[in-house]
Amino acid sequence: MSTMQQPARTEHAAWTPLFLAWVIALLATAGALFLGEVMGKTPCVLCWYQRIAMFPLVVILGVGLLKSDGHGVGYALPLAWAGWGIALYHCLIFWGVVSEALSPCRQGVSCADADVQVAGVVPIPLLSLVAFSAILALLLLAKRKVRT
Amino acid sequence: MNKKWLVISTAAAVVVAFVAGAAFLRERSTQEVTQAAQTNNDAFVRPHSPVFGNPAAKVTIVEFFDPSCETCRAFYPIVKGIVNSSFGQVRLVVRYAALHKGSDTAVKIIEGARPQGKYWEVVEKVLADQPRWADHGNPQPEMIWDTVKDLGLDVAKAKAAAASPEVEQVLRQDTADMKALKVTGTPGFFVNGTPLRDFGAVQLKALVDEEIKKQKAP
Repeated sequence: MSTMQQPARTEHAAWTPLFLAWVIALLATAGALFLGEVMGKTPCVLCWYQRIAMFPLVVILGVGLLKSDGHGVGYALPLAWAGWGIALYHCLIFWGVVSEALSPCRQGVSCADADVQVAGVVPIPLLSLVAFSAILALLLLAKRKVRT
Repeated sequence: MNKKWLVISTAAAVVVAFVAGAAFLRERSTQEVTQAAQTNNDAFVRPHSPVFGNPAAKVTIVEFFDPSCETCRAFYPIVKGIVNSSFGQVRLVVRYAALHKGSDTAVKIIEGARPQGKYWEVVEKVLADQPRWADHGNPQPEMIWDTVKDLGLDVAKAKAAAASPEVEQVLRQDTADMKALKVTGTPGFFVNGTPLRDFGAVQLKALVDEEIKKQKAP
């Protein structure tokens, strides 16, 4: 018998949460690109770091789904945690909880700018935080299901 | 297998929605820009606007121009070539769109040189030296004064002209017209009032040729 580890089959247990996490990452990626490239909003520095965490999730989770390979969770989780942390920090700056002096956006587009809102109502960092939180929850759920 | 298709079709659906949304917004903004051009017919050429080429030419390229914009710099020889090779059929009207930090100062310097008849020389010098003075993070438009000295300009006189209320008014009027015509990026081109929507040198030439043909066929 081969000692090589078999890919964690995800068809039954963890497929649905992984699929939902991927859909959220896909929509967030498409949304960020739409705001930036089509509507012409320049992303601020913190937005870029969140993009760096979000965009690869589409690929990692997508390939995992196509191959029915649950190991993708392990690669996706650090990205999701990193993005979640930056999104939280960005929200704190946006709401003024973290002082303006600590803001790393001295040049270019301000991360605390009111312009970072969709339709003038929902702040983009909040959308990002919600997306990363949902992805994290779904990934943690999938991780449990892959193990059992 | 079914699930694979679910993944692929979801990805495809998002891509289709993205493209459709982009096309919709583009169409809407084209309508807005075209309408703005039609309702603000007087905003294209003002009496103060510099003209390059035959003043009586039937085809007018209006360029909203930012001295610190790299694309404006790249387009300068292209537009000049279009005018020069048109046998007097095409003229260029320069309008200012001081969208970058320091651009307003650069515009004032260029306009300050105008009463001495050195306008186009100064424009070319300013564009040639753009990489030196127009760093978008740290623009130093005052450096332009050093580089234009060689052109035989009376710098003291030009500085006085640059600070005059007339030049201030030119900048103010051009900025107001830029907003009225919904110009959001530079260079912003209009050919006989038609906005260049599909941006590019080839597209600009095609639009100019189309207008020349229209003028020839009465």
